[in-house]
Amino acid sequence: MKDLSLHIADLCQNSIAAKAKNIRLKLDLKQDTLFFSLKDDGKGMPQDKAQAALSPFVTSRTTRKVGLGIPLAKQSAEQSGGMFKINSRENEGTEISASYILSNIDCIPLGDIAGTVSSLMSANDNIFFWVDISKDDKQFSVSTEQLKEILDGIPLYEPQVALWLNKYIEENTLDILGGYIT
Amino acid sequence: MKTLEELRAIRENTLKNINVRKDDKSAIIRIVVGMATCGIAAGARPVMQAFIEEAALRGLNHVQITQTGCIGLCRYEPMADVFIPGQEKVTYINLTPEKAKRIVLEHIVNGNPVIEYAIGSAENNK
Repeated sequence: MKDLSLHIADLCQNSIAAKAKNIRLKLDLKQDTLFFSLKDDGKGMPQDKAQAALSPFVTSRTTRKVGLGIPLAKQSAEQSGGMFKINSRENEGTEISASYILSNIDCIPLGDIAGTVSSLMSANDNIFFWVDISKDDKQFSVSTEQLKEILDGIPLYEPQVALWLNKYIEENTLDILGGYIT
Repeated sequence: MKTLEELRAIRENTLKNINVRKDDKSAIIRIVVGMATCGIAAGARPVMQAFIEEAALRGLNHVQITQTGCIGLCRYEPMADVFIPGQEKVTYINLTPEKAKRIVLEHIVNGNPVIEYAIGSAENNK
């Protein structure tokens, strides 16, 4: 993966495949470190299986024997000097937390966070996303619930709504994520 | 700065079309983009954004752009399926944002599948 935003898109696809109804994404910048967490209420898995998923040679898929999403995300966090953890409980959900040391020369760029978040939300109109992006005292939150309340029946995948959402997140996170390499 | 007020305005403007659609679910065109590890690594997200952007700019509101996992043809990613009611599904492969825009115009708007980007033509050219 070229950047962090793509890892986020990828990890969320796991949650979607696990039939999550709610997905909580958090990005918090503290000085030089970016803390990322993802929490879903999907079907989860026993803790030993979750730890095994850190290996590229373990997957829940039956069509092939490799599963690269989690190992690649772990690698990019750790190569920046950060950490990567996965916790899961069967029938309750999965939580991933990772940190990235942004000044490290091996840290991947942030990428298009707004593009990832907005396309996840608009493409998965039936899943509730809760997104918090913060840095020091600056904070931006957006949730499917809040948008649906305004939309009152109009789906989030409606192209004009989806395009607006992308720009809305992009503009409102500019002073939080701006200044970092994308 | 974009605000939630603008979303309210969009809602008012697209309301009419939605009501039409509620009556006739069969009119919905679906574009499904593969967004598993393979698709994303190959550039699926910008492709998806290009579909959304082009559909929005052309004022289409009977189009649902959504995502799916890996279907096992990772070498052809980024891929997308286009489902138009009453027509055969078309699977597009090795997409780029530029190709996505052309598909919206030629296939979705004008009704002519872009055969050269479809999976069948790639298999034939081997």
